[in-house]
Amino acid sequence: MKGRIPFLVLLLLLATCFSLATVIQPLAQGWSKRAGSGSVLKMLLGDSRRLFANHFFVQADVSFHSGYYPSIFDQAQAPGNSRHMTAKEGDAAEEEHEKQMNFLGPPRDWVERFGRHFIITAHTHLQGGKEREMLPWLRLSAELDPQKIETYTVAAYWLRDMGKVREAEDFLREGLRNNPDSYEILFELGRLYRNSHGDTARARNVWDLALRKWADQDAAGKKPDPLVLAEVAMNLARLEEKEGNLARAINRLEIAQKASPNPEVLQKQIDGLKNKPVAAPSER
Amino acid sequence: MNAVIAIAGVVITELYRRKDFYVLFVLTAVITLLTGAVNFFNDPQIVRYLKEIALLLIWISGLVIAIGTTARQIPAERENRTIFPLLAKPVARGQVILGKFLGCWLACGLALIVFYLFFGLVSGSREHHWPLVNYFQTLWLQWMMLGVVIGLVLLGSVVFAAPSSNATIVLVIVVGILLLGSHLNQVALQQPEPVRSIVYAIYFLVPHLEWYDVRDFIIYDSPLPGWADFGLATLYAGVYAALLLFATWLVFRRKPLNL
Repeated sequence: MKGRIPFLVLLLLLATCFSLATVIQPLAQGWSKRAGSGSVLKMLLGDSRRLFANHFFVQADVSFHSGYYPSIFDQAQAPGNSRHMTAKEGDAAEEEHEKQMNFLGPPRDWVERFGRHFIITAHTHLQGGKEREMLPWLRLSAELDPQKIETYTVAAYWLRDMGKVREAEDFLREGLRNNPDSYEILFELGRLYRNSHGDTARARNVWDLALRKWADQDAAGKKPDPLVLAEVAMNLARLEEKEGNLARAINRLEIAQKASPNPEVLQKQIDGLKNKPVAAPSER
Repeated sequence: MNAVIAIAGVVITELYRRKDFYVLFVLTAVITLLTGAVNFFNDPQIVRYLKEIALLLIWISGLVIAIGTTARQIPAERENRTIFPLLAKPVARGQVILGKFLGCWLACGLALIVFYLFFGLVSGSREHHWPLVNYFQTLWLQWMMLGVVIGLVLLGSVVFAAPSSNATIVLVIVVGILLLGSHLNQVALQQPEPVRSIVYAIYFLVPHLEWYDVRDFIIYDSPLPGWADFGLATLYAGVYAALLLFATWLVFRRKPLNL
């Protein structure tokens, strides 16, 4: 009998573990339903998950630059926004970013000069389908902080670029569920409908909604990004012009003009449209 | 030299008899394979995140094996009183230090070979190419870096009272150098005198272990440093390891062996 006691104790402990698991499992499911998706992570990490999410977003940017990235000691030169992550060679955002990323400067001493041979010192961006390497970090970032909007727009941009339209749409829809007031996600969703599906009607609806969301946020004093407003309005103007709705196109360009850094260029476009002979609007 | 090799052989035998290496290897393998099994946007060609995680785990494991194995060598010999018959062979104290260093360093090298074989298999299975020369250079530089770390731990084991305190202090120093080593000059320039000169002196004195961390070149498929730089880095690590072993011998030769 004495020899069996340890096995009996082991069995008792196993039975206790099993019983506890059956009690805790339904409770754990309740925890995850309490505040929507990702709430277990939210409960475990609290607000620190935003820090981790930001870290993974930066990691996606590091991956985009193939390891060439400023350290915390060069933070003054670190990219301030994620526009360069969706810019291609020749874009204005890309040229600005090129200047920002020239952070290394000449080496200060022989240690630094020799050490440069063991770090990546060339500023390059992923291309040729390699952009997919950013996606795991963006997915992780979105899991940890579903309210980080740029995660969805950057990931969807590259997914679309790689021909993964369904995945891009799913991810944007997930972003929209988590951020129903995001005009940025609506803008990206509109681009997906117009460029990937060729569905201009849906694109127009989504962009119109984006304009309304932007205006709501502006009215609420949340300081929404004027550049996104300009982009949404200009894209809408192009759609309207293509379909012969010149008055609406002019109206959209006037909205864009208020937010654009180059209002004089848009004024020329408005003048051009005003002088254009009116054609019958095409059927929608 | 025979005595040195014999002592090194005992250290290597100890590595494969103990569970440390197996636990770390299994952990690395399990975490890497689980991470690799995650589906990101239905794209099976994504690989760099996996290489990043695997190499990070290999670096952590390498450091834990090097520090853990080395920290207990001399204290264990003293505690078990096996140091007395060892020195009565006769084996000089310098030979004991050299043997312990060689054993720990070779043991780390063997462990790294196993880790990198696994890494090569995992990354090759996704990328369908094996840049063997790059893997060799990365492994070699990491091994050289571990040589300096082992030298540092051996010195700590004759200075500090307990292996645990030695291991913790060296781990903090090594991680500190890896994270801040290359930026100390920037920090120094922002300080007033005399702090600036002190920080700059530390910058030149510490072994720049961060040079040996060329994981980014493997992760992002960039061409590795040239062979001349590779040779100079090897020489730099060799000189530092020799310096640390000499310092260890200086302290150990007059140290009483009774606890």
